[in-house]
Amino acid sequence: MSEALLTIDGVSRHFGGVTALSEVSFAVGAGEVHALIGPNGAGKTTLIHQISGAQRPDAGRIVFAGEDVTALPMHARVQRGMARSWQITNVFNRLTLLDNVVLAVKGRQRDWGSGFRFWKPVDDEQALIDEARGWLTEVGLGGRERTLAGSLAHGEQRQLEVVLALATKPKLLLLDEPMAGTGPEESERMVALIEKLARHVTILLVEHDMDAVFRLADRLSVLVGGRLVCTGSPDEVRAHPEVRRAYLGEEIL
Amino acid sequence: MTQLILEQALNGLQFGLMLFLLAAGLTLVFGIMDMINLAHGSLYMVGAYLAAAVAAASGSFVIGVLAAVAGTMAVGALLELAVLRRLYTRDHLSQVLATFALILIANEAVRAIWGDQPVMLNAPEALSGPVEIAGFSYPAFRLLIIAVGVLVALALYIAVAKTRVGMWVRAGASNREMTEALGINVKRLFTLVFAVGAGLCALAGAMLGPLLAVQVGMGESILILAFVVIVIGGIGSIRGALVGSLLVGVVDTLGRALLPWLLRSFLPGEVAAHLGPALAAILIYVLMAAILFWKPAGLFPARG
Amino acid sequence: MSGAIYRQSTRRRLLAAGVFALLALLPPVLQAFGQEFYISFAARVLIFALAATSLNFIVGFGGMVAFGHAAFFGAGAYTVAVLMESGVASAAIAWPAAIVVAAVLALGIGFVSLRTRGVYFIMITLAFAQMIYYLAISMKTWGGDDGLSLAVRSTFGPLDLKNDATFYWVTLACLGLCLCLLDRITHARFGRVLQAIRENESRMEGLGYPVLGYKLLCFVIGAAMAGLAGALIANHGQLASPNLLQWTQSGTLLVMVIVGGVGALYGGAVGAVVLLLVEEVLAHYTTHWHAALGLILLLVVFRAPKGIAAWVHGLFARAEKHE
Repeated sequence: MSEALLTIDGVSRHFGGVTALSEVSFAVGAGEVHALIGPNGAGKTTLIHQISGAQRPDAGRIVFAGEDVTALPMHARVQRGMARSWQITNVFNRLTLLDNVVLAVKGRQRDWGSGFRFWKPVDDEQALIDEARGWLTEVGLGGRERTLAGSLAHGEQRQLEVVLALATKPKLLLLDEPMAGTGPEESERMVALIEKLARHVTILLVEHDMDAVFRLADRLSVLVGGRLVCTGSPDEVRAHPEVRRAYLGEEIL
Repeated sequence: MTQLILEQALNGLQFGLMLFLLAAGLTLVFGIMDMINLAHGSLYMVGAYLAAAVAAASGSFVIGVLAAVAGTMAVGALLELAVLRRLYTRDHLSQVLATFALILIANEAVRAIWGDQPVMLNAPEALSGPVEIAGFSYPAFRLLIIAVGVLVALALYIAVAKTRVGMWVRAGASNREMTEALGINVKRLFTLVFAVGAGLCALAGAMLGPLLAVQVGMGESILILAFVVIVIGGIGSIRGALVGSLLVGVVDTLGRALLPWLLRSFLPGEVAAHLGPALAAILIYVLMAAILFWKPAGLFPARG
Repeated sequence: MSGAIYRQSTRRRLLAAGVFALLALLPPVLQAFGQEFYISFAARVLIFALAATSLNFIVGFGGMVAFGHAAFFGAGAYTVAVLMESGVASAAIAWPAAIVVAAVLALGIGFVSLRTRGVYFIMITLAFAQMIYYLAISMKTWGGDDGLSLAVRSTFGPLDLKNDATFYWVTLACLGLCLCLLDRITHARFGRVLQAIRENESRMEGLGYPVLGYKLLCFVIGAAMAGLAGALIANHGQLASPNLLQWTQSGTLLVMVIVGGVGALYGGAVGAVVLLLVEEVLAHYTTHWHAALGLILLLVVFRAPKGIAAWVHGLFARAEKHE
């Protein structure tokens, strides 16, 4: 593994009396595609919430690019270069695709003052618009700038979901089930997109589609019942007895 | 000193229980129908006026109270069928506007019937004196209020916790769609809940009538307290409403009685005289803000 | 697209300028008809228009249903009165002070309240407003239940605010200035970001926007304008009354916003004008005008659910389509 970009160190999270995560520790190396897998209810999405800052862990630390970000709110983590997509599409339905992406590009501009501009009308910010167009083209949504996000087909919405995260130009991209609910053809397009992205950015991928996971991932971590069972290369994970037990009967392993 | 504290604590309990009668209906309407009903206080006012009118005409406080409860339940049901029903699916702002309009209409209607001046509602003769308990005397009528409050709270608890209708109500408060999916006649359930809430309001209005003034606008000041209660308790939770009511009743009453005295013991008299009443008046709002700061959905959130 | 919007907004601005010019002519017209009394009434309407506009910025644009706006309105009024009491009569000091006091108050209240959402936000803002109300009536030095009266109106450079027409014009200027400011803000980046936050808060947070900061700032801007309205109302009646701080005042302002149109720039102003005019007219004909007003409000809820501004907007849109 190359140098760690993200280190999860003993993270625990409880909801009432239920333990969702129990002392989970692993690291994501810079430049790798790291997949997080596990059966339903294993705590994958909960862990993404802790990493992205949507929730705070009850114990443990999250270190990103050498900085302890455990106490930081989500937006501060985004500004440090960590962006996420949502499992359930979470875009601006009543805005056009272009406006959606423009917001993402603007959010990236790190100087705190940029969004707090009171006077200058926004219509003439051509550079922003050009860049947003570029992102849409990059993921194959070019030419649809004026479409309302709410009227996109499901597969396209999943793509927009990824573009929004991408346009913040993150060092680390957290993808929470990017293929959720998509058909085979759309899945294939998404896999191709992630493969392309993986050349520029580190990716932590939560996904149920095991074919996709084993095609994309450099390394995997397996969560079962809120506990980390193992971390390793695809071959190591396939061979791990406890993983085999957890996934018993699922032929992909 | 102990006697003063004890007496004030009983007063607080009594006030808290009456607040609970108001808050119970409010929290259910709020929790189940997701509806902000500012006119809830108007039902309390209508109840107090009805009680005063019937009690004066019949010469019996008990008949006055019963008539007030029945009459206000009818008014509440009518209101639900005619106006409020159409508001359940609207946003909170529309609900605020419509029920604000209802307050204006209710106040004006009461003014047109009974005039501007406060009307008298007397406690029954037999209960007008004090009774001796544990070595100090306490007004008998206030004891009656406490007894009624405890009984109604108990009955309500059993109704909500143990009966089938109560189960629907609880189900409705935590997940309305699911309740509808179970095939329960939600419309009729809503009307029923609303009428019961109105009846509880009337009971509180009738019982507090002899202690506070029965006048136009009496609903608005207590409405805010009832809202404070249900927000502290967690919207939609009867248990939360009870805990919140007692908390608000006791903290408010004790605060007013003891805070000025407490301040005097370590602040110069002038400052304490100024600060005491001010602090006492805002104590429950400070309490509410503090609770929401630590628990943004109240003490007993009804929704997961 | 942007061309069409530009033409549209230019037309709106021209229309607004026309309305303001007409409003500026009101005092001499009223004088010509011997109805000077109504100049003072008109000034009162404008002040409430400003207060409601400031609330509409928070509710309609920031998406925060605040039920404690009276706190900022009243704080502005009390600031002017307290300063007057201690010998500061100059509007140049007192009015900015009113704005600052309201803004600082909003900073504190907003910081705590914005942790909650929905109904809890409504109620916690109400709770804070109630605190301020009870604090004010229990402060003997602030006149308790009677409020604090102003011996004179603020001094305003060479202008004489005791003259009702002058006071009206100053009020009109304040309202116009605030509306221009809000118009710019809503069309600038800050406004667009607020709009997007209203649409999808969690995603904005996920794109790196400090959502809480934006909402807090919006809350503070609205409150500051309410502070100015408060300074004006204290001068208008020469009284900082606890009534200004009462929760029913917050309710009335909210009603004005809803009647006029939530989220429309002129919604608050339209609502204030309509509500106060209807009140004035009804009170002329019947002592039971409250009930009549209630019925009218019910009618608005069920017939013009998006407010008068949206209704007028619809007329405009239809007219433009016909061209």
